[in-house]
Amino acid sequence: MIHIPITHLISISTLMFFIGIYGFITRKNLFTILMSTELVLNAGALNFVAFNKYFYPDNLQGHFFALFIISVAAAEAALAIAIIIAIYRNFKNIDAEKINEMKY
Amino acid sequence: MQFDFSYTIWIVLIPFLAFLFTGIFGGKLKPFISGLIGTAGLFISFSLSVITAYRYFFEIEKTSGAFQKIIAHNTVWLKFSENLHVDLGVLLDPISIMMLIVITLISLMVHIYSLGYMKGDAGFSRFFTFLSLFSFSMLGLVVATNIFQMYIFWELVGVSSYLLIGYYYEKPSAVSAAKKAFIVTRFADLGFLIGILLLSYTTGTFDFLTLTDTGGTAILQGSGVPFLGMSTMTWALLLIFMGGAGKSAMFPLHVWLPDAMEGPTPVSALIHAATMVVAGVYLVARLFPLFVFSAPNALEIVGYVGGISSLFAAIIACTQIDIKRILAYSTMSQIGYMMLALGVSGYGGENGLGFMASMFHLFTHAMFKALLFLGAGSIIHAVHSNNFSDMGNLRKFLPVTHITFLIACFAISGIPPFAGFFSKDEILVAAFEHNKILFFIEFAVAGLTAFYMFRLYFNVFWGKETHYHSTPHESPFTMTIPLIFLSIASIGVGFIPFNELVTSDAKPFEILTHWDIAVPSVAMAIVGISTAMLFYKKENSISTVVVSFLGKFYRVALNKFYFDELYLLITKKIVFRFISEPIAVFDKKVIDGAMNGIAAITNFSSEKIKGMQSGQLQHYAFAFVSGAVVIALILLYLIEK
Repeated sequence: MIHIPITHLISISTLMFFIGIYGFITRKNLFTILMSTELVLNAGALNFVAFNKYFYPDNLQGHFFALFIISVAAAEAALAIAIIIAIYRNFKNIDAEKINEMKY
Repeated sequence: MQFDFSYTIWIVLIPFLAFLFTGIFGGKLKPFISGLIGTAGLFISFSLSVITAYRYFFEIEKTSGAFQKIIAHNTVWLKFSENLHVDLGVLLDPISIMMLIVITLISLMVHIYSLGYMKGDAGFSRFFTFLSLFSFSMLGLVVATNIFQMYIFWELVGVSSYLLIGYYYEKPSAVSAAKKAFIVTRFADLGFLIGILLLSYTTGTFDFLTLTDTGGTAILQGSGVPFLGMSTMTWALLLIFMGGAGKSAMFPLHVWLPDAMEGPTPVSALIHAATMVVAGVYLVARLFPLFVFSAPNALEIVGYVGGISSLFAAIIACTQIDIKRILAYSTMSQIGYMMLALGVSGYGGENGLGFMASMFHLFTHAMFKALLFLGAGSIIHAVHSNNFSDMGNLRKFLPVTHITFLIACFAISGIPPFAGFFSKDEILVAAFEHNKILFFIEFAVAGLTAFYMFRLYFNVFWGKETHYHSTPHESPFTMTIPLIFLSIASIGVGFIPFNELVTSDAKPFEILTHWDIAVPSVAMAIVGISTAMLFYKKENSISTVVVSFLGKFYRVALNKFYFDELYLLITKKIVFRFISEPIAVFDKKVIDGAMNGIAAITNFSSEKIKGMQSGQLQHYAFAFVSGAVVIALILLYLIEK
């Protein structure tokens, strides 16, 4: 088994996290924004697994937490898509910039 | 024989229940039913008072020759500490029982009278509700066991008087009269309250029994620290007297009483002639031992205020033409008599003649003055005018009113054997023995009283032939029955032996008839009556000649010595301009300004930053992330350190 140093894993997760943040802020399509959120979540999950494996190999909490995150992410994705569909029905549009009714 | 007097609480409570009932259900009942409820309630109260008086004066045993003071009921109402508590209760002693009789009797008569007088008025039910409220407050006032209870009911009679003066609230003059009465008496009550606080601070009690116990601590411990040349006790009693002077319309706080005649006439009879306005006299009588022993100079001031008021009012009464206003000034003058009698009185036995005379005059005055007002009401009812220039020769049209009014005029002028003679004579004797100046003032006022009453009488019932639009007719029997009853009382009550019942130390004493004073005073009254007869019985020009002879003095008296103008000057030019207006400016600029400033700043800053709420999801996300990053950096920095 090839030994992968923890810094690699953390670098990957950091990269994923900030790519997600960047996408969340800059993309206009609501679906892309949702996908960016998934990236952020997965970066977190990856961190949990990595730290668990390298620092506490005897415990399994990190793994379970990652599983929880995946399932929550799935539920959240379903919810978000439902919301996006509802928005589309109302606005005929899923451009985040154009859905700005809730302002001063 | 001992009696349980605890039922006397119902004398007070029944009018209160009548007030609550007619007040709550008055809109649903037929107006006449509300009137009957109030009248029936007062009738029960009156019967109970008579029973109480009979038992108290004739059946219970006296302790060492004096009527005992009985606490018939007591409830600790507000308990602040062991020593400081405000009670509500019923105190029975000669003066409170006498007042119970006066109030319930006059109130009952006025209730019956009003059933006729107010008939068909839109606010009939409201009127009776307020009458019940007033009767309750006044009864609560006289049976008060402590000065604080008295103050509470004092304010209640003030407010019921306000409500009843302003009964015709569509009339601006009635509204302003009600306001004037309330503000003037309220101003005086400020003095009363300060006086109560000073008094209870010095003596450590509110309780009347402790305060007026002649062997008790309140009187024996002295009068406290001197302040501005007078002892604390003198100040306290003078301030309390200020409250009394305000309620009793004594000079110079009298300005509200003539205007209070804007109220319905039965109200004037009940409140502004017989009961509420004598509350001040009652207050001084209640605290009488304190006045005599701790502050004799305050008592002297009471006497002079009474004397000045009675002369002042009698002079004005000779010039007015509104019959109710004449009666109002006459009330003020007669209350002046009572105050004066208290002022010249000492304590105990013969010395207390003035006290007894004052209470006696209070009693007889209530009868004949209520009769005069109810008679005036009957005249106004028939003629629909208050001014006697619109009247004349009414004796043909109103026979009952005419005879009863004449009896009342004789009674107030002090012609024997009518009631006023006896009480006024006692007052003159008391004044003669103690203070000659006051005696001569009162002697002159006795003549003036006879003159202005008969001036009124002759102008209304004799005088010129007047053409009336509709022929005046005698009032209905609900109105004439009280008139007849009160005229019998005005003849009879003079024979009540007050010297055996109501005296300063509650012990009976002998009085002698002083013919040397009685004869000149009756002669004075007869001179007054004959002058009035000469001037006004037939239409002639003597009175105009006299008026032009008096010239300026007549005009000054006609304008009530310019007191209203003086008050207006003081309030408008001094109080409003130099106190109220700066306060108003302070209120507008500083208080309101601070609040408005805060609001303006909030508004301004939110205008500026509202753009941040753009509705753009990603702007919020950016702000959130950058905030998180900043916090993370700060934390990193702190941990590094």
